[in-house]
Amino acid sequence: MGLDNTIERHTIAVLVDNEAGVLARVIGLFSGRGYNIESLTVAETDPDAAISRITIVTTGTPMIIEQIKAQLDRLVPVHRVVDLTIEGASVERELALVKVAGKGNKRVEALRIADIFRARAIDSTNESFVFEISGSTEKLDAFIDLMEPLGLVDVSRTGVVAIARGKSAL
Amino acid sequence: MMSDQKMNGSEIIIKALINEGVDTVFGYPGGAVLPIYDAIFQQNQLRHVLVRQEGGAVHMAEGYARSTGNVGVVLVTSGPGATNAVTGLTDALMDSIPIVCLTGQVPTHLIGNDAFQEADTTGITRPCTKHNYLVKDMADLPRVMHEAFYVARSGRPGPVVIDLPKDILMGEGTYEDFSSVEHRTYQPRFKAAKTEIDRAVSMIAASKKPVFYCGGGVINAGPKASKSLRRLVKLTGAPITQTLMGLGAYPGSDRQFLGMLGMHGTYEANLAMHDADLIVAVGARFDDRITGRLADFAPNSQKIHIDIDPSSINKNVAVDLPIVGDVGAVLDQMLRAWKAKNLKTNQKALKAWWAEINEWRKKDCLKYKQAGDIIKPQFAIERLYEHTKDLDCYITTEVGQHQMWAAQFYKFEEPNRWMTSGGLGTMGYGLPAAIGVQVAHPNSLVVDISGEASFLMNMQEMSTAVQYRAPVKVFVTNNQYMGMVRQWQELLHGGRYAESYTDALPDLVKLAEACHWVGLRATKPDEVDDVIKEMIAVDKPVIADVWVDQTENCFPMIPSGAAHNEMLLGPEDEAEKPISEEGMVLV
Ligand SMILES: Cc1ncc(C[n+]2csc(CCOP(=O)(O)OP(=O)(O)O)c2C)c(N)n1
Ligand SMILES: [Mg+2]
Repeated sequence: MGLDNTIERHTIAVLVDNEAGVLARVIGLFSGRGYNIESLTVAETDPDAAISRITIVTTGTPMIIEQIKAQLDRLVPVHRVVDLTIEGASVERELALVKVAGKGNKRVEALRIADIFRARAIDSTNESFVFEISGSTEKLDAFIDLMEPLGLVDVSRTGVVAIARGKSAL
Repeated sequence: MMSDQKMNGSEIIIKALINEGVDTVFGYPGGAVLPIYDAIFQQNQLRHVLVRQEGGAVHMAEGYARSTGNVGVVLVTSGPGATNAVTGLTDALMDSIPIVCLTGQVPTHLIGNDAFQEADTTGITRPCTKHNYLVKDMADLPRVMHEAFYVARSGRPGPVVIDLPKDILMGEGTYEDFSSVEHRTYQPRFKAAKTEIDRAVSMIAASKKPVFYCGGGVINAGPKASKSLRRLVKLTGAPITQTLMGLGAYPGSDRQFLGMLGMHGTYEANLAMHDADLIVAVGARFDDRITGRLADFAPNSQKIHIDIDPSSINKNVAVDLPIVGDVGAVLDQMLRAWKAKNLKTNQKALKAWWAEINEWRKKDCLKYKQAGDIIKPQFAIERLYEHTKDLDCYITTEVGQHQMWAAQFYKFEEPNRWMTSGGLGTMGYGLPAAIGVQVAHPNSLVVDISGEASFLMNMQEMSTAVQYRAPVKVFVTNNQYMGMVRQWQELLHGGRYAESYTDALPDLVKLAEACHWVGLRATKPDEVDDVIKEMIAVDKPVIADVWVDQTENCFPMIPSGAAHNEMLLGPEDEAEKPISEEGMVLV
């Protein structure tokens, strides 16, 4: 394992107490130890128990990924750390809001591509659209790439949220 | 357990401390914590030791904790009080020392306003504590107080900060004893699975060149863990080496002990690690001072790693059998399994292994020559050892060459007798740590083996020692240099001794006298014994200023970035084995 230097991408779900400073602890851990964060999302998922769920997409060698999980698990307000990439099948989604400004043909073309990607226009003016699109990170990347020459001006993305397939909970 | 009696926050804090069994708090007052000082003034169960700088308070609490096994407690004010404590907190984090540090804070309504003596203490200390709390609601105070102690001492111990706004200290509330309430999330695994134990003992039985490699985790697991370790090492007949942090877990004078390993470890310990076919790592963490160049670390060995902290396992070195659990509990499980299965190590192979080790031993890698008029630092420390080994003695150190010589030449027979800043390497640690030890063990001999540069870093605590009648002994191997820095400059920077000479050094004997200590001095080898004897005999704090060879270097040495078998054994090797460029960038 020590010799395996291939870089892997893992999606990790972390259940934490929703208390002050908990996100700073998680982020500080990543920056302090030089780990990568590709994306991080957080929101309270169980208000009664005051528990939040953090979804982190990170990259590293197998040894680094193991370290990341062990280090996360060691934080006092952390309940559980689950590596969705290795623990059975899971689904991942990301949402983006994509603003495209332009006129004429480009505008028509943007609408046409949005339709193919099942993106919805949630705001429009004579000179712009805001599209809402959700799906895998790759799908969003592809959509945004296609919008680039058509007048892409602004993008806001949520980062990945993920959940295991099947009936059991985290 | 809930008492209906209304108290203020400060009284709740005192009550919680007492219920946690705390008898001593090391601290320094200031505006934000005055209500706690008021509460301390009005009771007599808790003793407060007034330090001279907050950094000293944390090191004292560390000395107290390491020599007793209990949680050390610190109390400092907001702002500069808290920031002064940061070095000590980091030190305690690196060495896994249980500390609870109470910091004052401006009142909750002023937090974030850049109020006088406000600092973002939880923000600043987040990366240098195991956990920290900011108490903003009176109702949380009793739970947080007890939880902090639980977190500090459970699993891999560490420092915990509780930041306490002044309105919380003065507000009214009720106390509830949470000292036995289970923690919601933090529950470290204690015992190992049977399959892991079975595999571990059979790996040991099957090995031909086993070596135990043990660290501070054994000490932290309590004296019983050291006993279990001794039994297991004896039963297997295998050699054992220890890290700087582990000294004392296994008796230093025993034949099976190879001495310390690592950068300044012995030849036999490092070669045994390099050539072993099985390394049993117990409560140690394979840090860079131990492994040297990772690619060449113990290349032909299988590794078992027992540690309570899963994040210590497979961090630097991939191991074959990780076992997460309390070192003491796991060693007991292994002992039982070893006996139940009636296992035996491969006697023939072990004999050959010992023969190899004994050849290495013949190098006598710590040898030095005490000749002429100049005191060799090794000689001074060896004499100190001879005069104190049969006494009830605790040793602390500062950081530098003297620290390494102390680790090499002072043989510790029992755990909790050796207090040194291992992970952070904090100069100025030894004097306050010694005072903390002495406060916990008023009738024992406590010696800080010191360098003159390190001593200057926290010498204000001399005054604390006098106030609390802590007759600590500071044994200075005075080379007028930041010796360890000078050594690196000699080996790595062409002998350009930039800023490593301590000019304008105070006269340590006069300094001692000015501070109501006793000052002694040895400048010749034949004065060393007398100075040590007098130092021990005087019932007062003492500086023994021992003038040693200014040019002496600490060997053996594995230069940064080198492998275990590329050790420098003495000055002759310096020229022959120049240090690589990759090595130079490492610390
Ligand atoms: C707070 C701090 N600053 C700097 C260092 C770097 N450093 C390591 S050893 C050393 C010199 C120590 O000199 P001295 O206390 O005289 O001990 P000697 O090496 O001479 O025995 C220095 C500066 C350190 N370890 N800690
Ligand atoms: Mg010196």
